[in-house]
Amino acid sequence: MHGFANPKRFLALARWLTPLCLASGLLICAGALGWGLFEVPPDQLMGQTVRILFLHVPFAWLGMAGWSTLALCSMIFLVWRHPLAALGARAAAAPGAVFTALCLITGSIWGRPTWGTWWVWDGRLTSMLVLFFLFCAYIALAGAAEREGVSPRIPAIFGLVGAVNLPIINRSVVWWNSLHQPPSITMGKSAIDPVFLVPLLISTLGFTLIFAGVVLARMRALLAHTQAEARLRRKAMEAA
Amino acid sequence: MSALKPKHQRLVLLGFALVALLAAGLLAAWALRNQASYFYLPDQMKANPPAVGQAVRLGGMVEKGSLKTLPDGVTIDFTVTGRGNAQIPVRFTGIVPDLFEEGSGVVAEGHLAPDGVFIASTILAKHDENYVPREMQGMTDTKAAKMAEKTTVGLQ
Repeated sequence: MHGFANPKRFLALARWLTPLCLASGLLICAGALGWGLFEVPPDQLMGQTVRILFLHVPFAWLGMAGWSTLALCSMIFLVWRHPLAALGARAAAAPGAVFTALCLITGSIWGRPTWGTWWVWDGRLTSMLVLFFLFCAYIALAGAAEREGVSPRIPAIFGLVGAVNLPIINRSVVWWNSLHQPPSITMGKSAIDPVFLVPLLISTLGFTLIFAGVVLARMRALLAHTQAEARLRRKAMEAA
Repeated sequence: MSALKPKHQRLVLLGFALVALLAAGLLAAWALRNQASYFYLPDQMKANPPAVGQAVRLGGMVEKGSLKTLPDGVTIDFTVTGRGNAQIPVRFTGIVPDLFEEGSGVVAEGHLAPDGVFIASTILAKHDENYVPREMQGMTDTKAAKMAEKTTVGLQ
């Protein structure tokens, strides 16, 4: 891990890993979504609307994986003080927020024809909305900490505290009666027919690669920003 | 005690803090388990009935063979059951979602009438965790057409 904490080595790795993740992710997503849209048969109850599964589930997974990344990076930053980890947490926040929002939107569109409602305040939907608000708060907090020159440890602590919501989202449909159905995929077994499951897993892989690519690209941008600022400061010192 | 390096101290401290935080969060969520439920199960409603007229939700299965349309054509009567034996009769006037049918999950919003019938003002269909493709093969053409009609109506 210490090896990757070196920004030079990270940049050398990210330079080719970023386009690779983005390109392969886009290709895999296009394939999986095309498959899901044209090849997969309709569900016996939901009919054609089942196809939104191939968007909704990867979005939900990446919303939660986004905060997991953010919390893990925050932890590494707080304990080992790697500045790159702080950048990783900040880079994961925006794509995580976007995927969480997309999850809420696709879920709402799916809920109307199947459940008969756009939105209900049940445990799963509410805890997912809280996750979206946590992302927004983190983005605002990290931005403010940078602008005001406050310690980046404050957003990192917030990132760790917010991780409490993850097991709550995961368990919300088990602990409480909710309109959202219980998990279809649990340890080692799936209530989703392979006809749906295979394209779902492939599309999840594709969106995950896109997410990784975006995080890497944002980390490079944040690094470049820090370096440019440092150089400007040095120039100003020399001129003075 | 001073043998710990600063980063190990931070790791231990953070570990304790995280465990305490998680425990607190989970305890709070656990304490909420009754209040945060979206609906009553039939057994819960039988055992601990809400006040007559109080707005509540009831969730469970529509019992097979219990769905009846009243002579006015828009009012339906059905029975909601759960895992236990409790049965709650429900009456609803209006349009039900596509997925609403006998043997499937339902969440009804409404209130209990004095005679024990649950008067629903809104009906939501609850999907289960199973995703099964519809087998059009092996069906007669008319049956397949009926199926397709049933699940695409209202989508165009």
